[in-house]
Amino acid sequence: MSDKKDITLTINGRDHNVSVDPRWTLADVIRDHCGQTGTHLGCEHGICGACTILVDDSPVRSCLMFGIQADGKKIRTVEGLANGDEYHPLQRAFIENHALQCGYCTPGFLMLATGILEAQPDISDDDLNDVLSSNLCRCTGYANIIKAVRIARDEMKAAS
Amino acid sequence: MKPAAFEYHAPTTIDEAVALLAEHAPNDGRILAGGQSLVPTMAFRLARPTHLIDINNVANLDKLAIESGALCIGATVRHAQFHTPACDGVLGRLLTDVVSNIAHYPIRQRGTFCGSVAHSDPASEWCMVAATLDATMIAQSASGERLIPAKDFFETVMTTALNEDELLREVRIPVLSDDTVYGFQEFNRRAGDFAISMTLVTYQLEGGKIVDPHVGVGGAEDRPRRIAEAEAALAGQTPGDDAFRAAADAAAAAIDPMEDHATNAQYRRDLTATLVRRALENAAS
Repeated sequence: MSDKKDITLTINGRDHNVSVDPRWTLADVIRDHCGQTGTHLGCEHGICGACTILVDDSPVRSCLMFGIQADGKKIRTVEGLANGDEYHPLQRAFIENHALQCGYCTPGFLMLATGILEAQPDISDDDLNDVLSSNLCRCTGYANIIKAVRIARDEMKAAS
Repeated sequence: MKPAAFEYHAPTTIDEAVALLAEHAPNDGRILAGGQSLVPTMAFRLARPTHLIDINNVANLDKLAIESGALCIGATVRHAQFHTPACDGVLGRLLTDVVSNIAHYPIRQRGTFCGSVAHSDPASEWCMVAATLDATMIAQSASGERLIPAKDFFETVMTTALNEDELLREVRIPVLSDDTVYGFQEFNRRAGDFAISMTLVTYQLEGGKIVDPHVGVGGAEDRPRRIAEAEAALAGQTPGDDAFRAAADAAAAAIDPMEDHATNAQYRRDLTATLVRRALENAAS
């Protein structure tokens, strides 16, 4: 009943021309049809946050948007964080502070943190805790994730 | 966990959107706004709409402005637009205090005020705000528009006075006077979870006595509403522990609480009394 439609997704600055079924979520289109599998799917109903990406620089759940809705929008995923061989300050802080164990939730946390630190470089520790409560991690107990994002915030602020 | 197939429509005008809704609503065609409630419901296949009418590209639905003494909130205004005050004065501050309780930050980037009101989950903060502050809902269909007062809008769980061919185009909340004080309280077990009970209270003082008290309760019953018995306990009284406890007890007695596997009616009554008392204390402080 539903015909495929041709759309263009701009992911990390590169255009992907894809033909999508309207029922495909943005997460599935990015992973299965654009080959960008860094974005992970956990719960597929908006609770866990593993699929968090930036759409027009705002962190959103890519399982709660349809791919067809992102036609022409600017999408950023974890693949776009590093600058060549140089890690993003958030990635480095995650590694150095043991902010991941299995790593499944990590792309979502990194994109959530990227979005909030770009929007609010001076965000307070309390407000950061509130934002980081958006996503689930079943390994770390969160303390090291919070620590890593605070360190990255301070580094990014000092470098700007 | 994949939504079932549907036909997708992306109108760019309100006329086009309501014409599509009139055509497809009888076959379970639905409006798609922020999608933060509808899409998970579709992922569980609890909803299988045959047509989705995406209003995100419709012009002139993003209004967020004061007109004729009310804050007018268009159908595509996101929760995140209330992270900073949407208008000067008490109402703008109140909405900013409430918004941080709605789900989580990424959900608030997509979810819409009007979508939440139209979805009418009993635990929706915006629904309780609309009920407490006597908002007016503007329902638009192909045959025209209709104004629905909040007290007639919320019927029961996820059921409103909207007809299937009506789009909730705008919600209007009367501006609060500068001397209005308010308190908001919500209880749930984890940040971002659905409220087990919540309350919003507002009042003014005249000669040291409470006038025009509004006490709204959400999350506890099948719909949010003002609790007349609690308001009567406040009107004309001096703000303080006696009046606040009387209003809290009146609210607890007046509600008809929902029950679930973790929460019985008595628990919700006790919780509501505590929240109403604390909200009144916040308002007075």
